[in-house]
Amino acid sequence: MSATTLEAPRRRAVARWRRLQESPRPVIYVGAGSCGRAAGAVELLDGVGAYLEARRLDAQIVQVGCIGPCYLEPLLDVQLPGRPRLSYANMTPELAAKTLDAVLSGQVPKAHLLGHLGDGAYADHQTGRDGDGVPRFADHPMLAHQVRIALRNCGIIDPEDVGHYLARGGYSAIEQCLGMSWQDVVDLVRLSGLRGRGGAGFPTWRKWTYCRETESDQRYLICNADEGDPGAFMNRSLIEGDPHAVLEGMLIAAYAIGASRGFIYIRAEYPLAIRRLRNAIAAMRKLGLLGDDILGSGFSFDIAIKEGAGAFVCGEETALIASIEGRRGMPRTRPPFPAVSGLWGKPTIINNVETLATLPAIVTNGGSWYAGFGTSSSKGTKAFSLVGKVRRTGLIEVPFGITLRTVIYDIGGGLAKDFKAVQTGGPSGGCLGEEFLDTPIDYENLAAAGSIMGSGGLIVIDRDTCVVDTARYFLSFTQAESCGKCVPCRVGTRHLVGILDSICEGKGELADLDRLERLARVVESSSLCALGQTAPNPALSALKYFRDEFVEHIQEKRCRAAVCRDLVEYRIVPGKCTGCQRCVQVCPTGAITGPRAEVHNLDPDKCIKCRSCYEACRFDAIAGDAIVIESGGRRAD
Amino acid sequence: MPGAPSPAGSWPDIARGSDGSRSDLVPLLQRTQAAYGYLPPEAVSRIARLLKLTESDVFGVATFYSQFRFTPPGRHRMRVCLGTACHVKGGVQLMETLQRRLEIDPGETTADGEYDLEPVLCLGCCALAPVVTLDAAIYGQMSVLKLQGILDERDHA
Repeated sequence: MSATTLEAPRRRAVARWRRLQESPRPVIYVGAGSCGRAAGAVELLDGVGAYLEARRLDAQIVQVGCIGPCYLEPLLDVQLPGRPRLSYANMTPELAAKTLDAVLSGQVPKAHLLGHLGDGAYADHQTGRDGDGVPRFADHPMLAHQVRIALRNCGIIDPEDVGHYLARGGYSAIEQCLGMSWQDVVDLVRLSGLRGRGGAGFPTWRKWTYCRETESDQRYLICNADEGDPGAFMNRSLIEGDPHAVLEGMLIAAYAIGASRGFIYIRAEYPLAIRRLRNAIAAMRKLGLLGDDILGSGFSFDIAIKEGAGAFVCGEETALIASIEGRRGMPRTRPPFPAVSGLWGKPTIINNVETLATLPAIVTNGGSWYAGFGTSSSKGTKAFSLVGKVRRTGLIEVPFGITLRTVIYDIGGGLAKDFKAVQTGGPSGGCLGEEFLDTPIDYENLAAAGSIMGSGGLIVIDRDTCVVDTARYFLSFTQAESCGKCVPCRVGTRHLVGILDSICEGKGELADLDRLERLARVVESSSLCALGQTAPNPALSALKYFRDEFVEHIQEKRCRAAVCRDLVEYRIVPGKCTGCQRCVQVCPTGAITGPRAEVHNLDPDKCIKCRSCYEACRFDAIAGDAIVIESGGRRAD
Repeated sequence: MPGAPSPAGSWPDIARGSDGSRSDLVPLLQRTQAAYGYLPPEAVSRIARLLKLTESDVFGVATFYSQFRFTPPGRHRMRVCLGTACHVKGGVQLMETLQRRLEIDPGETTADGEYDLEPVLCLGCCALAPVVTLDAAIYGQMSVLKLQGILDERDHA
């Protein structure tokens, strides 16, 4: 059954959405993405269900995706008739019961309150009673600087209900496109300035044009959801929170390039995202949005999900294609580019999840609207996962041109300790220090600084993180993920790791730094694909901006962050130790001894530096800070 | 192998829907592993015959991807995230704690078949770093001692 118009389902969806907004009974929304679940959202859902049942309350529970501030998870919103949603953070079943007791009896408890999701003041529409000074959630510092385009629906709608997506204007962009020529769609995207959000930032319209202009009886579209950058979760969160935005983007891209078959290549490690995609694809099919002759337009397109089997290199386009074809995921030389000869030799476009999810908003609002955000070369917005040592961690979407300082301090709330650096672009990116805090974030500025935009991971590190160890971490990652096809990457990364290992172990020599740089340049310039070409970035940027730390490791055998295992020692501070024996109990090797109430003794020869005693002293013991980790006199704290 | 369905019984389910093309290889391997928990040698032979590939071809692909394993899994799957955010917050110490406690290396199964210990590069919940998962349960903001506590509780349960 294929409908020719979405009018009737949309009308029903809008009516249903309005009924939800104006529900005569309370509505409770729980953020239940993977991150919310990790923080206890499932227990919260069960708790709220039990709460309602025990009190025989008539209320509706809606599961939504992640609105972004992961550090506030699990989030619970309560909507009373005629009022906007009130958002509460870090809820447990017990806290939720207390909060619901109060909210349902007409109060607005301030504990854990983030604000309301309405536009104006939190006023009762019926009585006009003032909103008791309840702030807007949108004014929360984590959200205030954001421009949410790709993430427009995340945390707002039920991702398993296509009606919610339809009611908020979903699938109207593809309807609009089907009434346009493919050239007009490409022009619209060209005007928007949209560049690929997977990392390289190639103009989307240009890639599409190469593909469309290649003669072929068959073209393919692939959605790259193989988010392998360790420390980035933009795509997962986006798919979990709003799968239809990505799928509608696929329809638009497929229409523009003339593809009749599409694939979503997604990590098998993202089971919830895969489930939501399957559910959403089934809903599309029911609406006549997949299959032959979509909405009577003559355009036919279908989508299949391909689960990645775990290989970082498959984020590279030609490796990804090899993987879908059932081969080892190894890249090949380009050209020919996939846009000309890709999957099974046919012209193939591979677009990132975020690129695709942005398309419907561009079509609906216009290319110049989108181009109004950002800088002259990098237009629009970009999602970042802001993690590491910032106070407010989570997923954000900001316009290009925003400074790292605004992101880290205003949105992220700064650090508890001194800022040291921020790693952008994951294992392919670089480590940027304080001097870059006021640099506007765009593709060109990050590249000029020796890093890359990448897919959008932002990892903030403070003085307790060692940049040498961090560089070694990233190099070890790319070394392990190197597919082994080309020598510079396979052998070169192994030697780079070896050099960094010896520096971290205190066995390095100054000449190693030159060797490191020289070898890094070789790997960078001669590797087959972007994995190898960018692999040295973390080491090169760390060396460029934090050379003194490398030199300290080599000459003074000192790790100023007290991280590098071979350069630190654990010590009991005699004046502080109360002899509570907590550390004696947890030490797995019997390195700590001493009778109760006397200062304990730590035998460095038996100590394996496992951290147990350090944690025990800090969290369980009376003294709290009697055990220190030191390197060359500098303590970790 | 305990708990695993008999190979004969589930092979038709695994093969169902395959048109015999090479692009079915990874999905077939994934379905096999979902059914048995690992890739038994006889399953590799069957897949090779079905897709008209050599066994070495199939092994070549299966060994390339980190998802596949060739030995039966333990009863419980313990995973330690070693993604960037977890690394910065001490994921390595968590892994070492488990290695010591379970007396196995990453990628191995305990002698009693109780636990698998796997490193995983990013579970996508970096805001909760460092993260350890045990089967479906996700433990965020872990510490060496919290982890010991979880294992102690299980040992005494």
